Order: sequence, then C-alpha cells, then structure tokens
Amino acid sequence: MSTQSVAVNTTAKTPKQKAKRKSSALQTFFKNPRSLVGAILFGLFVVIAIFAPLIAPYNPSSTNFSMLQPPSAGHIFGTTSLGQDVFSQFIWGTRATLIVGIGAGVLSTIIAVLIGVTAGYLGGVTDSILNAICNIFLVMPGLALLIIIESYVNNSTPYMNGLIIALTGWAWGARVMRSMAMTIASRDYIAAARLSGASTFRIILFEIVPNMTSVIASNVMYACLAAVLAESGLAYLGFENVASTSWGTMLYWSSQNGAMISGAWWWFVPPGLGIALLGTSFALMNFGIDQVTNPRLRTSRKKKDVQRLLKELQKSQTKGVLTDGGQQTSVGN
Amino acid sequence: MRYFLNRLGFLILSLWAAVTLNFILPRLMPGNPAQAMIAKQAGNINPSALKAIEQELGLSNGPLYQQYFQYLGNLLTGHWGSSFQYFPTTVVSIISNSLPWTIILLGIVTIIAVVVGTLVGILIAWRRGGTADNVIPIVTMFGQAIPSFWLGLICIYFFGFIHHWFPMAHGSGDDVTQGYNLPFITSAIYHSILPAFVVFVGSISGWIIGMRNNMMTTLGEDYVVFAEAKGVPTRRLIFSYAARNALLPQLTSIAIALSSIIGGQILIEQVFSYPGIGYGLTNAVSSEDYPLIQGMFLIIALTALVINFIVDMLYGRLDPRVRRRGATS
Repeated sequence: MSTQSVAVNTTAKTPKQKAKRKSSALQTFFKNPRSLVGAILFGLFVVIAIFAPLIAPYNPSSTNFSMLQPPSAGHIFGTTSLGQDVFSQFIWGTRATLIVGIGAGVLSTIIAVLIGVTAGYLGGVTDSILNAICNIFLVMPGLALLIIIESYVNNSTPYMNGLIIALTGWAWGARVMRSMAMTIASRDYIAAARLSGASTFRIILFEIVPNMTSVIASNVMYACLAAVLAESGLAYLGFENVASTSWGTMLYWSSQNGAMISGAWWWFVPPGLGIALLGTSFALMNFGIDQVTNPRLRTSRKKKDVQRLLKELQKSQTKGVLTDGGQQTSVGN
Repeated sequence: MRYFLNRLGFLILSLWAAVTLNFILPRLMPGNPAQAMIAKQAGNINPSALKAIEQELGLSNGPLYQQYFQYLGNLLTGHWGSSFQYFPTTVVSIISNSLPWTIILLGIVTIIAVVVGTLVGILIAWRRGGTADNVIPIVTMFGQAIPSFWLGLICIYFFGFIHHWFPMAHGSGDDVTQGYNLPFITSAIYHSILPAFVVFVGSISGWIIGMRNNMMTTLGEDYVVFAEAKGVPTRRLIFSYAARNALLPQLTSIAIALSSIIGGQILIEQVFSYPGIGYGLTNAVSSEDYPLIQGMFLIIALTALVINFIVDMLYGRLDPRVRRRGATS
C-alpha cells in the first residue's frame, strides 16, 4: 500500500515539475533585459506586418506624389524619385520581409531537424551519407549558389526566394541537430523505448525531438536572421520581382536610381534600418535562449566562485591544513 | 596521414558536387535557361565561335552523360569557354584578372578581423559582467544583423557623397595604369579602404562573440580556476592558460564563417563596383553571360573549398584529437 502511494506520488509530481521548469525557463528568458527587448521589438514588427493596410497611409506603388521629397508632415519618410511614399512602402515591405524571413527560417529548421536527427539517431551509412551532403552544403558559398539558381529562375517572387533560401540554408542547423541527437540517442530511455518496440519514426518524433526544443528554438532565430539577410541581399541585386514591395526591393530601386549620389538618404535608410532592427530582435531573442540553455554563459557567478574559493583557501591556510582544505573546497564546490 | 586523406577525399567530393551542381542546375530548370541564353547570342557572335563555346560547356545534343563527361574534361583542361559579353576574351582570363582583387582584399581584411575580434573577445570574457561585456555583445548583435551591402550604401553616401573623403566606386582611379607601379598601388589601396571597412565591420562581430563564448568555457575549467587560486599572473593566465585552448574552436569557425564572408563580399563588390569575382558574378548574371556565370561560380566555390581544406589541415596539426578521431567530424 505504502509503496504504491509513493509510486503514484512520483508520477503525479513529474508533470508539475516539468511545468515548473518550463515556466522558470520562460522567466529566465523574459527576465533578461536583452531577450525582453528582442521580444518586444519583434512583436512590434509583427503588429506592423499584420495591420499594414491600416497603418500605411497610401498605396505603396502609387506614383501620385511629387518626386524625391525629403521627410515632411505629409510623407514622414519622404518620397522616391518615382513619387512613391517611402513610409507606405516601408510598412508593406515589413509584411513581405517578415513572411519570407520567418517562413524560410522555419522551413530550413524543419529540414535541418529531419536530416540532422535522422543522421544522428540512425548512425552508420545513413549518417555518413547525410553528413557528407550536409558538409558540402556547409562549405559551399551560399549566396553564390543562390545567385546562380536565381539567374536561371526568371523574375522570382519573394516566396520563391524564401523557398530557395530554405532549401540551401539548412546545413548549419542540421549539423547542430545531428550532434545533439547523437548525445540523446545514447541515453537509457531511448534504449528502453527501442526495446519496448517503438518505431524509429516514433522515437525520433516523440522521444528525441521534444528534448531538443531549446536548440530548435535557437536555430529558428538564427535561421530567420540569416534568411532575412539573404532575401534582402537577393532582392537588392534585383533577383526578385522588382514590382513587389519588400525592404530589399526598396534598396534595389533606391540604388538603381542613384539615391546615394543624389542625397536622398530617406529612401535607403529606413529599409536597411528595418532589416537591421528585425535581425537584432532575432539575435537578442537567441541570446536569451542561450542564457536559458547554457548556464555557463550566465555572467557574474564565476567571479564570486573564485573569490569564495580563495577565501576558503586562506582560511584553511591559517588552520595549517592546506592540502586537505583545498580538497574540501573543491568537493564543496 | 589518415586524417589528411580523409580531408582530401572530402575536398574532392565537394569540388565534384560544386561542378555537378553547376552542370545540372540550368538543365533542371524549365526550358533550359542555358540554351536560351546561348540562343540570344546568335546574332552577336559568329556561329562557328558560338558552336565552339557550346562544345566547351558541354552543351551538345548528345545524351546527358556524354555532355557531362565532355564538360568535366574541358573543365580539367582549362577550357572554360569565352565570355559572351566581352567576346572573344576567355572566361579564364577574365577570372585571372578579377581574382587577385577579391583575394587580396578579403584575405587582408579577414586576417585583421580575426586578430582584432579574437583579442576583443578575450578581453570582454576576462572582464565578464563589466561594462564592455554588457555593451559590446549588443553592439555586435546589431552589427551582425546589419546587411553589409546597406552599410556600404551608407558609407558611400556619408564618406563619398557628403564628405568626399573616399572614392564612391571602382577598384582604382581612371588615370592610373594597372601594374606594379606606385600610383596604381596607392590608388588601389585608397579605393579599397571603404569596402575593406565594410567587410571588417560585417565580420568582426562573429569573431568577438565566438571567442567570448569559447573563453567562457575554458575559464570555467578547473585548471584555470586552480591556476588563478595558485596566483598565476593575470596576463599569463589569460593568454597561456585560457585563450590558448579557446583558440582552437575559433579556427573551425573560420571554415564556417568563410561562406558567409564570401557572400557578403559579393554584395559589397556590387555596391562599390569593385572589380573582383563577386562583381563579376552579378555582372555576368545580369547580362545573361552564361559561360561567365559558370566560370565565376566555379572559381568562388573552388576558392572557398580550398581555403576550407587548408583550415582543416591546420586544425589537424594544432589539435591531435581531431586527427585521431578522423572521419567523425
């Protein structure tokens, strides 16, 4: 009777503990000013993207305004040399850039998880082949590859670009996932699951992947940042349907029309700043995730440790038992 | 030796993959864009020369495997075809003109960025929790998120258009002749300062953060804590104890960072009209110069793969554990 109640007790405790751990992870994430700022910044861009039609004062492609006007009350970001409102373009561009960046980031992470975890869990020949493919993609200069693919795809849309970016940019994530899956695969509970007859698919999806949540989240942030940069670079080079409105195409048009040499800074500063701020928000949130998952990166504790160690060493020295004392502190530590 | 062969095997495998991608990509696309680009040249270049270029690029009517082997053979013997845009200049000679621009700029800036970034990383890791450690990572995060080509545009606007401190485009002035003469070299250096600065800003943040995190790991090791307790001088502790071991992972990041550095370089060359490989590639793409697109991509991939191989070799020399593990990484 008593043993049974204990067993019930422990099983009942685990979900609670799990929830506790999760909420404390979220707390660490939001307590950190950096990740908090990142999350707020990101939220702001999401709001802009969702309510773009309501926020933008004009149609982004309408050319009804006087040309190359510096910022004023009517056009807070000024106008382009074609007479378009830069602020409206910026707001609509947020939507396109955000959709492509997040879409490509998530898609490439999914590919990375599939390939990395499969390779890491199965091992053997599968691992060798997948790892070789992954390494090849890793060392291949990504943007050059993107450019030659784009050169054969005429007038690519932003979504097409996102797809191409995801298909070429998964390698780094896959490498991280693979090594993570290799450590998890060697744990006892995976062996237990295998012995109980769970299928490979089930083990990967329900036993391994849920334990990699933080790595996956961190990878999504990193991949989104990379995708936003890649998309804007491609669009800047003119490899995106130039009639679409994204931050990259805004930079393309401003550079094509010589905004730098005619002094129209209001045209090319906002989209670049938008990319930089969005990217920073991803990097800041990634930093927060790192702090949650890698306690070693948490600052301020180490120095105290050393000081305590030194103090205890001094104490033991006065007692005259240096070696014993040293060992004791290291055990206590 | 086994490690060397293993890495050499990977170099050959990845080179083969690059060549094959280059061959197969245009053929996978609907309507074979390679043929379309060549068809457009029909009026500009005389038919027999066009035929010769097609031959060199393996664009015949033969079966695919035959085209493929023809292509491979021509690549190995240096027959990379002629450019459409600058006919009859060969692709190889265009590449050999633009490659030094890229290699010299990229090489020097990367070395400076690695050295400075690593030193800053060591410093802020040592003074962790200090002002520098709190401020610099945020600044570098912003630096990492800034599109390098946009920073280039800003620099052109600010230093070129407003202040006229630096030239706004090209690799050297129009009034100098290329070669080993002083006016050309000074002009080239003068022209390269802005692009170099942009590449530097774009790549340094990665080195700082990477080294900081590596240092955090080694500083947490027991031997470092013990050495500090024992009273090892700070300088010696930082450089001989902690930094030395934190440097190794930094070397692997070079290989990984390389592809993004080269990518950033392509965009920056485009922004500054700098006469390197990246500018050559984007130029070739926009003028649909098929042989040049092929050649430029191959040389970029080749450069990246060979440098990666050299880094691998260096890593193997410095860290015997890697050599013993061999195939796994």
